[in-house]
Amino acid sequence: MQIRNRHILGWLEAIPLTAVLLCFLVAPIVMIVIVSFWGATEFSIYPAFQFDNYEYLFGSEVVRRVFLATFKYAAISWFFTLVIGFTVAYFLAFHVRTQTMQIALFLLCTIPFWTSNIIRMISWIPFLGRNGIANQTLISWGVIDQPLEWLLYSDFSVILAFVHLYTLFMVVPIFNTMMRIDKSLLEAARDNGASGFQTLVHVIIPLTKPGIMIGTIFVVTLVMGDFITVRFMSGSQRANVGRLISNDIGLLQYPSAAATAVVLLCTVLIVIAILLRFVNIRKEL
Amino acid sequence: MERRSKGFYVLAAFFTLFLIFLYGPTLTIGILSFQGPQGGLTFPMNGVSVHWFKDLFQEQAVGDIWGAFRRSFALGLMVMVTTVVVSVMAGLAFRKRFAGSAVLFYLAITSLVIPSILISLGVGLIFNQLGFKIHWATSGFGAQLTWTLPFGLLIMFAVFNRFDKSYEEAARDQGATAWQTLRHVVLPIIAPSLIGVALFGFTLSYDEFARTLLTAGSYNTLPLEIFGMTTNVTTPVIYALGTLTTAFSLVIIGVFLLVAWVMNRRRTRLGSDAGKGGI
Repeated sequence: MQIRNRHILGWLEAIPLTAVLLCFLVAPIVMIVIVSFWGATEFSIYPAFQFDNYEYLFGSEVVRRVFLATFKYAAISWFFTLVIGFTVAYFLAFHVRTQTMQIALFLLCTIPFWTSNIIRMISWIPFLGRNGIANQTLISWGVIDQPLEWLLYSDFSVILAFVHLYTLFMVVPIFNTMMRIDKSLLEAARDNGASGFQTLVHVIIPLTKPGIMIGTIFVVTLVMGDFITVRFMSGSQRANVGRLISNDIGLLQYPSAAATAVVLLCTVLIVIAILLRFVNIRKEL
Repeated sequence: MERRSKGFYVLAAFFTLFLIFLYGPTLTIGILSFQGPQGGLTFPMNGVSVHWFKDLFQEQAVGDIWGAFRRSFALGLMVMVTTVVVSVMAGLAFRKRFAGSAVLFYLAITSLVIPSILISLGVGLIFNQLGFKIHWATSGFGAQLTWTLPFGLLIMFAVFNRFDKSYEEAARDQGATAWQTLRHVVLPIIAPSLIGVALFGFTLSYDEFARTLLTAGSYNTLPLEIFGMTTNVTTPVIYALGTLTTAFSLVIIGVFLLVAWVMNRRRTRLGSDAGKGGI
């Protein structure tokens, strides 16, 4: 009786979350899968069961290149967010001594996350533009004679924006796991004669792996699913899968957009499944 | 206290650079929004004025930004309240390890990592096919919840993983019912963390773009309005708007943090009377 009671109470309390996820997560995915087999005219879509959309996707050279570009953005952004995020978390966890200071500095890193991504993207324009601060500074220092053209509306600015927006998603989980490392382990390493670098490589990094994995999942999925950063920061000159989908939507080609979305979702889920082999998320919270 | 190593200063410098990287651009547009009336989108400043802020208050110049702001604010509050209530209930449910909890957990994680455009597209398609009208308060509201609820849930997990069960047991031993234990023991203890959930709920909704894009209908939320402006506004008015809404976000964040801080202090002051001899 007691056990059944626990399950029933648990179910009752879980109903609201389940309802929201069923209506706005599961149903939309099902709908997308269904529509991906539909056909479209210039103005409307009609129910069908055809594989045209997928045939086009898997046959197109353009689509293949766009998927490659998406992986490229994900890989490069992952690398930079990891290096920067790890260093920041390491500083906060092991070099800042008082807890008050730790919390204060941690909050400083977190606050931009609670402000608008779009504004944060816009705010790079006066910095990177042809007559922007970066070019003006470099010219006045005599480093370059002419403004650099590749600072804005290029792969560089896209990746810069990704790193700017998403490094936090690395800092938080890595900091979280680092804070649980038993400090006596570090002392033990030092007492046994390990250098700071050896302690880092052989003690801290292995123990921080779960945090790194969670951060990686966040960054990789955010970058792979993005469509707005690439559009805005490249001035519509670069493409990733998300933009492919949003372009189709703009042209009212919903079935084609849905098929691309299904392929994107499968790709992301495969990547996550691989990453999850390394970590048990629920244990890490 | 032992001396700071050389590594500390290197890392501190790195951290400072990181903060400049984080905040520098936003500060830049903050300064540039005070551009003179003839000024452009980059430096040099062409005089200093509040011209572009004034421009914002003349509605015909830049579309319906105040309407968009009101909608975003209302939606933020709706999402905030829903996120807190649903996350707490789900957090309590997961503590009971009910049958099927693993499935629901993975569903929530999926909701977090799924590319936002899928939610946008899928919800939009469903509403269209069912003949419902998409509106920010219905489809937009639901789509945003798929983004805020997983965060709320993760925070609840973190809270309950650190929760000392002996408080509940003590209450039960003294004859409290399940509801009384929840109302008078559990909720007061987790209250400061709920401020955190509320902060996530409001700010993530207020700034949400990708999931609202195809689900907001004919009335834009503020981020959608701002994005629309980026394609056709080429004056610092967009910086003024950016500065204003960022300042608004900062005020909201400040209020939430202040409340959490005050609650924590009250707790440490009043939390325990053990050993004080009171009855």
